[in-house]
Amino acid sequence: MTNLMSRNDLLLFAGFTLVVLTMPIWLAPFGAGYPDLLQRFMIFGIFAVGFNILFGLTGYLSFGHAAFFGVGSYAAVWSFKLLTLDAIPAILFAVIISGLFALVIGYLCLRRSGIYFSILTLAFAQMSYNLAYSVLTPITNGETGLQLTLNDPRSLDAVLGQSVAGQPVPNLLGQPLSGYAGFYFCAGFLILAFFLAQRIAGSPFGMMLKAIKSNQTRMQFTGFNTRPYALSAFVISGMYAGLAGALLAVTDPLAGAERMQWTASGEVVLMTILGGVGTLIGPVIGAWLIKYFENILSALNDQILARFWSFLPDGAADTMVAITGKFVGDGWFLTLGLVFVIVVIFLPGGIMEGVRRIAGMFRRRSGSSPATRTQPAE
Amino acid sequence: MTNPNVVLHVADVHKRFGGLHALADIDLQVEEGKTHAIIGPNGAGKSTLLNVIIGKLAPSSGQVVFDGAVLTGRKPFQINQLGIARVFQTPEIFADLSVLHNVMIPALAKRDGMFKLNMLRALDSETGIRAEAEDMLEDVGMLARRDMLAGSLSRGDKRRMELAMCLIQHPRLLLLDEPTAGMSRHDTNTTIELLQKIKARGMTKVIIEHDMHVVFSLADKISVLAQGRIIADGSPDEVRGNPKVQEAYLGGTH
Amino acid sequence: MFDVIFLQFLNGLDKGAAYALIALGLTLVFGTLGVVNFAHGALFMLGAFCAVTVRMLLTMETVTIDPEQLSPWGSPLEIREPLVQAWLGDFGAVLVNYSVPLSILITIPIMLLVGIALERGIIKHFYKRPHAEQILVTFGLAIVAQEVIKSVFGPNPIPQPMPTDLRGAADIGAFLGMQANIITYPIWRLIYFVFAAVVIGGVFAFLQFTTFGMVVRAGMADRETVGLLGINIDRRFTIMFGLAAVVAGMAGVMYTPLLPPNYHLGMDFLVLSFVVVVVGGMGSLPGAVAAGFLLGILQSFASMNQVKAIVPGIDQIIIYLVAVIILLVRPRGLFGRRGVMEA
Repeated sequence: MTNLMSRNDLLLFAGFTLVVLTMPIWLAPFGAGYPDLLQRFMIFGIFAVGFNILFGLTGYLSFGHAAFFGVGSYAAVWSFKLLTLDAIPAILFAVIISGLFALVIGYLCLRRSGIYFSILTLAFAQMSYNLAYSVLTPITNGETGLQLTLNDPRSLDAVLGQSVAGQPVPNLLGQPLSGYAGFYFCAGFLILAFFLAQRIAGSPFGMMLKAIKSNQTRMQFTGFNTRPYALSAFVISGMYAGLAGALLAVTDPLAGAERMQWTASGEVVLMTILGGVGTLIGPVIGAWLIKYFENILSALNDQILARFWSFLPDGAADTMVAITGKFVGDGWFLTLGLVFVIVVIFLPGGIMEGVRRIAGMFRRRSGSSPATRTQPAE
Repeated sequence: MTNPNVVLHVADVHKRFGGLHALADIDLQVEEGKTHAIIGPNGAGKSTLLNVIIGKLAPSSGQVVFDGAVLTGRKPFQINQLGIARVFQTPEIFADLSVLHNVMIPALAKRDGMFKLNMLRALDSETGIRAEAEDMLEDVGMLARRDMLAGSLSRGDKRRMELAMCLIQHPRLLLLDEPTAGMSRHDTNTTIELLQKIKARGMTKVIIEHDMHVVFSLADKISVLAQGRIIADGSPDEVRGNPKVQEAYLGGTH
Repeated sequence: MFDVIFLQFLNGLDKGAAYALIALGLTLVFGTLGVVNFAHGALFMLGAFCAVTVRMLLTMETVTIDPEQLSPWGSPLEIREPLVQAWLGDFGAVLVNYSVPLSILITIPIMLLVGIALERGIIKHFYKRPHAEQILVTFGLAIVAQEVIKSVFGPNPIPQPMPTDLRGAADIGAFLGMQANIITYPIWRLIYFVFAAVVIGGVFAFLQFTTFGMVVRAGMADRETVGLLGINIDRRFTIMFGLAAVVAGMAGVMYTPLLPPNYHLGMDFLVLSFVVVVVGGMGSLPGAVAAGFLLGILQSFASMNQVKAIVPGIDQIIIYLVAVIILLVRPRGLFGRRGVMEA
């Protein structure tokens, strides 16, 4: 391993793995140590890591990645319905289907760059979303959403003589994937996804992606055909999105078209930016923070706020409840929007840039590095 | 007319922009191993000509042939893969990457071709390419800056790095678009020395330049462009003595 | 057959007019400031809610409970008295009836202020930053705007009645000398189309015939040169952003009787208007207007049952499909210039 990865990369990977696997323990005091939320942390972490390969490394801002997420979900549910309730075939199927879908859409969209690329991805995603709600109802089951039923054929399970009693649920080699089993299942995929992203970022291929982001003209005159590079990045990130969508279907086997809406694409952009675009760990942190605060803030209501502000005199407490009440519960998106605007204005590199700046401040104070230090790369 | 030593042949090229005849009847033959300078006053069509050679602009008629291959209609990366490298007037570099990576990328393009999906291979294991890039940086005197971000280099250093990026591919033909534009006298002289060093290696070069000092220190052959036409063609001494050239160009500056 | 086609053509006009108005503002902002404004749909939505607010204010009433009289349900009768009517009598009733068009008078200054505040406060710091960051910050602003509206007005659409005199349909067929009642068209839609045409004409005339407009047009073509002339282009651009906000806001106000506004109205229209702008050609004002009407009308034709029978689902995707085809075949849009926003 060491000859394949640098010491720093290895440390980062080991640290990341440790942090992920111990999440149920260290997140418990924050009120997030339950499997349902932790699974979402893993799933959207994968989505954001994959999105970053396209946007962060290659510099193409896609506003349509939710389409691949949604396709992954539909594909996984169809695998549960037609083949088997086992999760692994469903995930493989979903990743392949979303990869093919990304190949077609990416091939077309990458003929343009800049804002035109963004609008093209947006247009394709909206088409997928609108079609999923209308003519593709036989495949997507429209507004109801695609779900498992007892009468599904499940041909593979049937051949193996397995049958289900009651509501069918996805499993792994016969073991149910509910609760913490589901979390560790998803966590394994996040760790794998992170590992692959790390390898990609540290490979010659990854360097080419960064070079494309930095200067397409020079890339062309250097003898590289940039399009297959960008297309590979697009397909890889589409497959990541499909994997995330499939995992969501594993934990909750109901696929609906709303997962494909462009606001869902916007969400993964927010995650990536908030955490730190172009960094490995930033998008994961962004995904975790958004899902965490979505969970916490949207659950708050006026009674809880009233208790929180009860140390204030009555009038002041009521005012504070009224004000803060706008930012929690249904108003959580307002908070998200404000935080996002502030981050883009003051900290375009996201949380990771904040961390770097603070670390830089400490380093300067301790005087361990000379003031004339040149700016190092990466 | 066919000279076996000619490696680049710009044959009867015309370029019109609307009513403007930007290039008229251009015929240029660049010989292997020679440094061929194209000079001319501003607006003479020098950059247009370079863009036609590199495939960025399509000529209205005529064609550009490099070593038997027609360049017209090919994409920049295909032209590069044929062995043509280009230095831009404003350095085109990967500003967000380190100097070392900037130089490794063209080396990888030379080795791997226009696309390779080597996404699981570690960059750190490319020791051969790395050593090659470091040698190249040593050559242009920039090894000490290898870990800096390319974007933070001075203009002169950016130019030298860009040159290194071209040279590491060992191109058969190097196109230089005003390699000393905007440089201080000192930087200009270092660049000339560097280019003379390369010249000793026998690489074919086409230089577009309007600094006479640079042109006469480097060129084996000079073509003078004025108003989209070649008005003189020959060795530096021939060109210097040509009354047409003095009238059109040198007269104004000397 | 002609009447069916003509009717669909008319049906596309009002939606097309709304697209054209939003796209016009987007293009003004992009052409002058070079900013990709994802918050532009939110401005349309804010305009619509200006109309909602005006009507709420106009229809405020006093409620007095009269214990002497009983309602049919046996509870004391509530006597509601609209304040405006109490103060102004019949004129008040006219005000309430015409609340939507009247809102425009209030919307113009409000949207101008909103636009200028937005530009001075946030957008101007993004002129030099990458387009991706412009998209992101305005996207964030759009979220903030729609969530503020949601928390004030609630999540449900709030219908706005059109003035009673302007309800019903005009018999355009008869007007054009055809049989009566074959081609009828709602009057308000007709008004919306005329209104849009007037606004679009006004904006073009403003740019064409005033010195201010001339400077702005020159700035759109070549900002640096105009800056070198010593003209303070920035102040004019601020006003252009305000103007774009006013156009979007007015478009929103007048659209309320056709579509009850809710908080995500802006986002719904934004995606479509961006598609419109790109189809028209980024930075081209005539392109934005033409593409707006074109796509509105195409959408109307695609919703015909005869068309849907041939290509199922076409009504859902027609606009995006056209956008994709145009972008791939004519990358700079119908009227676009070379080199705009390529990188």
